Amino acid sequence: MNAEPWLSYASASLPVQALSWLLILAACWCLLGLIGLLRPRSIHFVAHALFPLGALVCVGIMLLAGSFLATGHAAETMILPLGLPDLPFHLRLDALSGFFLLLLGMAGAGISIFAAGYFRAGEGTAPGLMGLQYHIFLASMALVILADDAYLFMVAWETMALSSYFLVTSQHRIPEIRRAGFLYILMAHLGALCILLSFGVMQGGSWLFTFDAMRAASLTPFWATTAFILALLGFGAKAGLVPMHVWLPEAHPAAPSPVSAMMSGLMLKTAVYAMLRVGFDLLHVRFWQWGALVLALGLFSALFGAIFAAVQTDMKRLLAYSSIENIGLIFTGIGLAILFDASNLRLFAALALAAALLHALNHSLFKSLLFLATGSVLHATRQRSLGKLGGLIRTMPWVATFALVGTLAIAGLPPLNGFVSEWLLLQSFLFTPQLPHAFLNMLIPLGAAALALTVALAAYVMVKFYGIIFLGQPREATLAQAHDANWLERLGLFWLAAGCVAIGVQPQVALRAAGAVTGMLFGQAVTSGASIWQIAPIAPEQASYSGLIFLAGILAVVGITFVGVRLLAHGRMRRTDAWDCGYPWQNSRMQDTAEGFGQPIRHMFGAFFRMERELPAPADATPRYRIQIEDRLWRALYLPTARGVQRLADAVSVLQGGRLSIYLLYSFLTLIGLLVFVL
Amino acid sequence: MRAISLIQQFAEIVLAVAIAPLFAGWIAQCRAWLQNRSAPPLTQPYRMLRKLFHKDVALAANASPLFRLAPYVLFGTMVLAAGIIPSIATDLPFARAADAIALIGLFATARVFMALAAMDIGTAFGTLGARREMMIGFLAEPALLMVLFNAFLLYGSTALPSLVDGHATHPSVIDPSVIFAAIAFVMVLLAENARIPIDNPATHLELTMIHEAMLLEYSARHLALVEWATDLKLFNYACIGFALFVPWGIAIHGADSSSALLLAVAALVAKLILAGAALALIESLSAKLRIFRAPEYLAMAFLLAVLGLLVHLLLGANVNA
Repeated sequence: MNAEPWLSYASASLPVQALSWLLILAACWCLLGLIGLLRPRSIHFVAHALFPLGALVCVGIMLLAGSFLATGHAAETMILPLGLPDLPFHLRLDALSGFFLLLLGMAGAGISIFAAGYFRAGEGTAPGLMGLQYHIFLASMALVILADDAYLFMVAWETMALSSYFLVTSQHRIPEIRRAGFLYILMAHLGALCILLSFGVMQGGSWLFTFDAMRAASLTPFWATTAFILALLGFGAKAGLVPMHVWLPEAHPAAPSPVSAMMSGLMLKTAVYAMLRVGFDLLHVRFWQWGALVLALGLFSALFGAIFAAVQTDMKRLLAYSSIENIGLIFTGIGLAILFDASNLRLFAALALAAALLHALNHSLFKSLLFLATGSVLHATRQRSLGKLGGLIRTMPWVATFALVGTLAIAGLPPLNGFVSEWLLLQSFLFTPQLPHAFLNMLIPLGAAALALTVALAAYVMVKFYGIIFLGQPREATLAQAHDANWLERLGLFWLAAGCVAIGVQPQVALRAAGAVTGMLFGQAVTSGASIWQIAPIAPEQASYSGLIFLAGILAVVGITFVGVRLLAHGRMRRTDAWDCGYPWQNSRMQDTAEGFGQPIRHMFGAFFRMERELPAPADATPRYRIQIEDRLWRALYLPTARGVQRLADAVSVLQGGRLSIYLLYSFLTLIGLLVFVL
Repeated sequence: MRAISLIQQFAEIVLAVAIAPLFAGWIAQCRAWLQNRSAPPLTQPYRMLRKLFHKDVALAANASPLFRLAPYVLFGTMVLAAGIIPSIATDLPFARAADAIALIGLFATARVFMALAAMDIGTAFGTLGARREMMIGFLAEPALLMVLFNAFLLYGSTALPSLVDGHATHPSVIDPSVIFAAIAFVMVLLAENARIPIDNPATHLELTMIHEAMLLEYSARHLALVEWATDLKLFNYACIGFALFVPWGIAIHGADSSSALLLAVAALVAKLILAGAALALIESLSAKLRIFRAPEYLAMAFLLAVLGLLVHLLLGANVNA
């Protein structure tokens, strides 16, 4: 190592505004966490004082990142003399990191406010310790996004994995939760290994691990592809891309709800960020084969996630599979962007990437909202199983209303935000016939169809989710006593729901932020049609969409109809029993169960599942019906791998006799061998 | 924004809301004739609506506000869609609010609200209908998207007004892919609008119904709004089909004399009469499918649309090129 980084630190230590403020705010998070240790058992102090302050820090980060993107400043860099000697931390704030910090602050604020009302005394880890882990988790995500060398990146990345591991296992006395935590940390480390190797390839023989050195390195196509595949494996494992997704449906339900929201809403997005950083910034070439690979993986993950979500019976597992689906959609956008960029169609690449970025932002909002809503339901009813819920819209109207916004948004319905990004993604699919690959041109429209199928399946899943939890008759008698969320929880839910509506109605603002990123990466940004009324990604003659007119139009017609009906006819109404085709008695067990609602999907996509079914015989006095659905990949890929590793370890253990003399002999033989090799 | 386009916009919405029940009545009449029954008068749907609006609502005791809101939202989305689809003119202020893909999204919003409302009371029929409706929805959307992909390849746009204008400026283009796409579109139209062979709007048998199962708990003005919205949905789908495949007569951009508008209305009425008769014929000739044959039916629609796409790509005929 030479002393060059120290020199550049001296020159870069001029007052750099946004970046240093962001670092101070991230430090505030750590400080808040440490303060919590002063009174670790006081739920009032930790939850009602520290978490709201943490939310304020989130808002600060959101505003800073937002203003950085809006003013279009040049990238800011900084070198902190921390860490090992001669290896200072490099930091960098550019449009890409600004966008993801905006996402982190925006969704993080809602989650933190909700968490302030959510955590109760006596649930797993002591509140003070939980607060420390929580805020370290937030700060490490901010550092992952700001890191500008592989060293700081890996430190922050591993801090993020560890702090979230402790948060997931906060109720570590339950064996399933310990198992889920183990699976999570295992996958996280396998991923980290791939990332480390990828950075090792990308430094390209210079042995400098700053990102600047990697940008400057020129790799042969083979090594560039190796680095890309390793990064895809590593970050894909964190993001939950099939086939590295298995930890996600285990870890998300195990964690407390605000933590599930953070992991699904925010942590998965850091993996998306890192993939973009490596794929579009650090690597200087892109090949269309990479794009095709990412596109195929993304589409498959999306479809896979949607199909599995449809057959789940646990509300948090359902949402976890839905996260796999949404990550799949984001990677579909990234894959298209690589394809377009490799063919030098930069405007379309910008469109596809803007769709992916916007979907990442949207997903962080509505998925956090839904995970938090399940947290409120869990606290009110102590039930996670869909089969024991129902009718909560009557006892929990606030949560039900906010969850409805999240449900409609994630189902990809206009005029909410989920629709905008999915629409943009479909629009970018329309331009694939311009690619110079005749074969791909015929296949990719089928990808668009798979995307449409996924989006429509997501609507099916969300109708199931919302309908079974909040609508219908209560499936258990105890549900009548369910209480609504407290005001802090409501505030958190409101923040996220308001974000969903705002981006849905005015996607122009979010698109401008995404445009800053695409401008940095491709030198192109999709015009937002330059009006507050509509967005038109390429040209208004081609396609345009206006969430504002949708919302205003529907509201206006609803209002006019409501008044008109009462003026011209009347508004009389009486309450009676439900009609139900005249059946004399009805009870809650006559409604569809979660299994029943998933039945058509099991029927149609049977090839995806491994099913074990127990059907009652006709003469059974106590008929029992049981069905268990498993992921085929678990038995096809993971268990054989685990067995192989076990066998390998057994083989190696022959070497370990347990006697000191044997080990000394090994050392001696190794030395001899090395001597022979050297001489 | 010019006054004429505002007038066109207003006229179009009023026309759609007014004649949608008439279109449904016309189909019912044709069906009755084809089946050798004596037909109800054309005005039957209006009488029905009038009767329903004047009845008292009998609401299930546990109905939530969502249940009461849904018919208004349903009606609202369909009226908005009628304002966006160029049925008589292309120069509409609202038309830029959505391209055809966003229109599918708007219909999906209506569908989800209806399904949620059906699950609200918690009866066996309601949830059954909701589940089946959502199932048909996710099967139909890929096929519909492929149809639109086809249109995009032909005219380089998914905005319906641009498609209509494009068709008017390149009238000579008859691409074989259009025929496949048109057949696929009609199949999707039948499925999405709860018609035979997927659903039978005339039955109340639990084994056969989808759409009717969802609105069993509705009565009086709520039911009237749902029925009206259903008629509007069929009307809207027909108009999307006209805009995609037979846009002759629609007053295109710049041709805003009142005679062009009158001609457009006349053309629309003529097309609706023919389309209604054709729909009635298809429905009378085909039988209701079992519910698990629906995937095969819609997969066929999808494959037809893909075939159209491939034909287009292989022939390499591109208007833009």
